[in-house]
Amino acid sequence: MSNSFQEHFDRLIDSEVTIEPKDWMPDDYRKTLIRQISQHAHSEIVGMLPEGNWITRAPSLRRKAVLLAKVQDEAGHGLYLYSAAETLGVTRDELYNQLHTGKAKYSSIFNYPTLTWADMGAVGWLVDGAAIMNQVPLCRTSYGPYARAMVRVCKEESFHQRQGFEIMLTLSKGTEIQKKMAQDAFNRWWWPSLMMFGPPDAESPHTAQSVRWRIKRLTNDELRQKFVDVTVEQAKVLGLEMPDKDIKWNEERGHHDFGAINWEEFRNVVKGNGPCNKQRLETRKKAWDEGQWVRDAAMAHAEKRKSRKKAA
Amino acid sequence: MDTNSKLQIPNSKLLDYTLRLADDALILGHRLGEWCGHGPILEQDIALTNTALDHLGRARSLYQYAAELFNQMPADEKKQVFTSVAIQNLVSTGANVDEDDLAYLRDGWDFRNALLLEQPNIDWAYTVARALFYDTFNYFFFTELSKSKNESLAAVAEKSLKEVTYHLRWSSEWAVRLGDGTDESHARMQKAVNELWMYSGELFTPNETDEEMSRAGLGVDLTKIKPLYMARVQEVLSEATLTTPPDTWMQQGGRNGRHSEHLGYVLAELQFMQRAYPGMEW
Repeated sequence: MSNSFQEHFDRLIDSEVTIEPKDWMPDDYRKTLIRQISQHAHSEIVGMLPEGNWITRAPSLRRKAVLLAKVQDEAGHGLYLYSAAETLGVTRDELYNQLHTGKAKYSSIFNYPTLTWADMGAVGWLVDGAAIMNQVPLCRTSYGPYARAMVRVCKEESFHQRQGFEIMLTLSKGTEIQKKMAQDAFNRWWWPSLMMFGPPDAESPHTAQSVRWRIKRLTNDELRQKFVDVTVEQAKVLGLEMPDKDIKWNEERGHHDFGAINWEEFRNVVKGNGPCNKQRLETRKKAWDEGQWVRDAAMAHAEKRKSRKKAA
Repeated sequence: MDTNSKLQIPNSKLLDYTLRLADDALILGHRLGEWCGHGPILEQDIALTNTALDHLGRARSLYQYAAELFNQMPADEKKQVFTSVAIQNLVSTGANVDEDDLAYLRDGWDFRNALLLEQPNIDWAYTVARALFYDTFNYFFFTELSKSKNESLAAVAEKSLKEVTYHLRWSSEWAVRLGDGTDESHARMQKAVNELWMYSGELFTPNETDEEMSRAGLGVDLTKIKPLYMARVQEVLSEATLTTPPDTWMQQGGRNGRHSEHLGYVLAELQFMQRAYPGMEW
């Protein structure tokens, strides 16, 4: 019996039909999806913090409003993604618990600090840019609720990326100090952005299975290369220097070669040794713990209303 | 074109009035923005950010109008309005000011917001209580202001009324939820209401500007909206099983630029970029 379920599932996967919550799916597929979608949701929620830092310090009223709206969008993405994960039979509270206990991961990029206003530009331009490259293929991923959530996420992310680029452009056209600020942010965010695509294919344990399941559609190295090629051109428009002396156009490959990534740093940040890992997690936990009485009150009040209605 | 010239209200009074409304909106928008990413419930994080954005949007419209009023003043009068060195410098070069100059270059004593709005978030109960008082005030205030003979203020009021109606629903619902929730939430909400109460009276205490503006048909008669406000707040508090605090000594000063200690820190953060990197485009 289970064999025929498996065969049916494989046929759906092979014919590019989406899998829906009520369809039979292999346990590993479900687990992998929960892991990936919740990691993504956590990244949105933790990702609110480094940019949220600057809401109170944004340099103009327009920038303040745009930044607030952007961070709010990230909360919205977290919401769609948690909802998509819930269709796989896990609750949002369980997922939060995994985040708070350190069992679940989130994108390591958010463990880096935002030190100047230019970081709001660099994060939008590079981090959201890299996220889009990772995410656009997911709009066609095999699991329906995830694919549909990703369509909405990607639309908004590309808007964010343009906003980030526009901040960088304003800085690079500004005073010498602003240009220096932009270059400094570029230097700091460049390598962590390259790491966002994950370890090299040869060391990526989940890639093959995930590509087969259409949970992933391009490999880490393919996406990373695409990102490098695009960014080199954008940096020229900004008049900024690439923070990598080894960047060179390779005629034969039709791509840019680039320098060695410090994977030792990557592994350490993933392990919890990044500059802000502790701080980010503690901030999330604090918000959750301090919100407990509010959630309890909302529940208690809803219960009271219900029983009063019954009594009436 | 505005009709205020015919009504013989000096620009400085109209500016003072417009600025206080802008400052109220900016300072609360800023405070609510501090919650972004730290809310107790993800959906509420989003809702509160929406409100922050409404306040900021209103602040921008009002600052733009205030800048227009300021720029129309004769140079020697301009020098009397703000103590800010940065704005004085702009005035002496003959440059116009814009919305950002007004928000980012004035010091506390030039800010006209009510003390209530600069009070810290503390917790969800304080945030809700502060919102309840301000949203209720805003609801009746903007209802009246939308009838102002000043077209710019009337237009802002009209637009704000839709937003404020939603804000008031949000803060009333949360006041009831917390007041009539658990023992802990009830105690926290009562405490927040009690402690913020002394800042609510200022919203209804007219100063010279209020009186002139109201007489000219440009501003709101605060004595007229106060009973409406009281009735509504009492209704919400009673549904929330909370006690309305007794009449008490009310703090004053914000409307005349005398603030609590909190405002200085808000401005230090809010204005940091413009202070550290003056005169640049962002």
